Amino acid sequence: MPLSSRHLLGLEATPKEDIKLFLDTATTFKEVLERPIKRVPTLQGKTVVNLFYENSTRTRISFELAEKRLSADAVNFSVSTSSVSKGETFKDTIRNIEAMKIDMVVVRHAAAGTPLYLTQLCDAHIINAGDGIHEHPTQALLDMYSIREKLGRLEGVKVCIVGDIAHSRVALSNIFGLKTIGAEVSVCGPATMIPRNIKELGVKVFYNIDEAIQENEVLNVLRIQLERKAGGNFPTLREYHASYGITNERLEKNGKDILILHPGPINRGVEISSEVADGSHQIILQQVTNGVAVRMAVLYLLGTQN
Amino acid sequence: MKIALKNCQLIQPQQKINKKSNLLIEDGIIIKIGNLSAEDLKNAEVFDLKENFVAPGFFDMHVHLREPGREDEETVQTGCDAAAQGGFTGIACMPNTEPALDSAEVISLIKEKAKNHLVEVFPIGAATVGRKGEVISPMAELFNAGAVGFSDDGVAIKNARILKTSLEYSTMFDVPVIEHCEDESLAGGAMNEGTTSTFLGLPPIPSVAEDLIVMRDILMAEYTGGKVHIAHMSTKKSAQMVREAKAKGIRVTSEVSPHHFTLTEEAVKGYNTNTKMNPPLRSQEDVEAMLDGLKDGTIDCIASDHAPHSLEEKEMEFEYAPNGIVGLETQIGLALTELYHKKVLTIEQLVEKFAINPRKILNLPICKFEIGEKANLTIFDVNEIWSVDIYQFKSKSKNSPFNKRLLKGKTTGVINQRKMLLQGKLREI
Repeated sequence: MPLSSRHLLGLEATPKEDIKLFLDTATTFKEVLERPIKRVPTLQGKTVVNLFYENSTRTRISFELAEKRLSADAVNFSVSTSSVSKGETFKDTIRNIEAMKIDMVVVRHAAAGTPLYLTQLCDAHIINAGDGIHEHPTQALLDMYSIREKLGRLEGVKVCIVGDIAHSRVALSNIFGLKTIGAEVSVCGPATMIPRNIKELGVKVFYNIDEAIQENEVLNVLRIQLERKAGGNFPTLREYHASYGITNERLEKNGKDILILHPGPINRGVEISSEVADGSHQIILQQVTNGVAVRMAVLYLLGTQN
Repeated sequence: MKIALKNCQLIQPQQKINKKSNLLIEDGIIIKIGNLSAEDLKNAEVFDLKENFVAPGFFDMHVHLREPGREDEETVQTGCDAAAQGGFTGIACMPNTEPALDSAEVISLIKEKAKNHLVEVFPIGAATVGRKGEVISPMAELFNAGAVGFSDDGVAIKNARILKTSLEYSTMFDVPVIEHCEDESLAGGAMNEGTTSTFLGLPPIPSVAEDLIVMRDILMAEYTGGKVHIAHMSTKKSAQMVREAKAKGIRVTSEVSPHHFTLTEEAVKGYNTNTKMNPPLRSQEDVEAMLDGLKDGTIDCIASDHAPHSLEEKEMEFEYAPNGIVGLETQIGLALTELYHKKVLTIEQLVEKFAINPRKILNLPICKFEIGEKANLTIFDVNEIWSVDIYQFKSKSKNSPFNKRLLKGKTTGVINQRKMLLQGKLREI
């Protein structure tokens, strides 16, 4: 069955069937990644532009590897936002890139809604690699893939997203995707980091991390953006760590076998302690591996449409 | 030059007039009202208004003309053309130009540029020098040059001390201080804080940012006895506070822009930058509060907050696009469609909101149907159905979220300064 959309802009409107198709296809590509020659000719002759308006190392490399392993021609276009405000408009940049005859654009941008705007400006397939504090759908897909791989299911799984929910595109995409697939989603963090209207998204809220650990099977621990500290969402890193940091002590106290995800990069000693980050509960590096497979699936399914 | 307007539905709520009649106008002065004889019609050009309403000239007290500084977006000339086309004979223009309207010279420049137009322009002087909120502007000088009110529009007057000084000083001229109500420390977002902002991942502006300043300003108006006018009010709580303040006799008035009684924050879905304005589009509850406020008189007038922006400026990522939409040429149609035809306001109330109250707030004369009065009139048809076409706008800018919207009710003409624009044709009369 084909996908319902030409683009992957977010998971808010992505139907269950599409999410399942992405995840099932990723399983196939994960096998490819285990082979000695990790390349298939699926997207040969297709050109993908990685349009990164925001600094990103791991997401860009993950996409680039996925593209190369599908034999697509990958072009990287990184722009610092400062030069954009001075020079060419976003629209002109896109028109120029499109004139070079491209098939797909992977876009990362600090402004929410930019991937949708791109669909109005050019005919290529658009993949959102993170837009502002809106969505980061491939991250959520790889998180879901990793949970399913580990637990064997997604429906009914109790997942809690921990951290700065109000300013996280990873959180929003995970909430949308997990809810669509039938998981039970909750969030946990200080009140200043939980959006006012979070309940209308149909998720449970924990302000106490111990309760969140007790009631969930999976914790998806978000990175605390150190540069946002000055914004005043919490008093000190020390207090955040003491209140919400995931430590062995905390996991042992609650006596739970819990699966821990983290989208990276991790701040050791802030949202997660070193012993947990390297411990037996976490699957942080498997997530990174799965990320390539999931992105291959997304690129393949979109890129082989008409 | 003599003209006869036949089959008018004259409406003037202050005079309690709403009747079929005819008008004879000579050299811009009303010389006869009622049946016109053959003698009256001699040498007169006759226009059959086919029972269109004829009201005192409509006035938009919140317009950004962009001149001086951003003449690529609008000029005094094109802004006045848009106002006339939209059914207005007078407008007040906001001081957030470059330079700001904080000196007599700039005020005079605007007056000079507008002097031969059908539409009269009344500048709002900056409340503080450069709209910086540090030192009050030379208000007497601005008033003498033609300013009819003071504002730092675009932002609220920065702090309570400067607000107090502005209100105390402006009472000497009995003109209002017009406030853009937004707490600076809560400003800077891209849309109203709510479920939609969470879904769209857009940085939010909480409604309490407006409420806080409305509260501050009402308290200060009460304390100083000055006149505060709340510009483009948009929240339920603000409306409630203004309602209570009016009941207590505090000198506060308010306006609402058509987009705030027509659209909700839902319109932002799709990230159309023409749904980005400040104050932002609010919730359904807020829209209903605006309708209630219009109905019970809490909201005195309707003003467009006409904010022209070039295509290049609006064609960009939502968060980076500037705030504001053009409104002069759609607001009467929107008000007739959303307020009159949906029975929120009677036709008398609608004329009060557009023609009577804004002029009262700014101490400007209001046209009456009396012999010897200067003809300053707006003509409109409540039943004409039309579709908004931004390419027909006289405004230099086309940034409207209402393109292609079907409206019922339209202005057909305006008369002022011995000029008449009727069905798109301008005549000297």
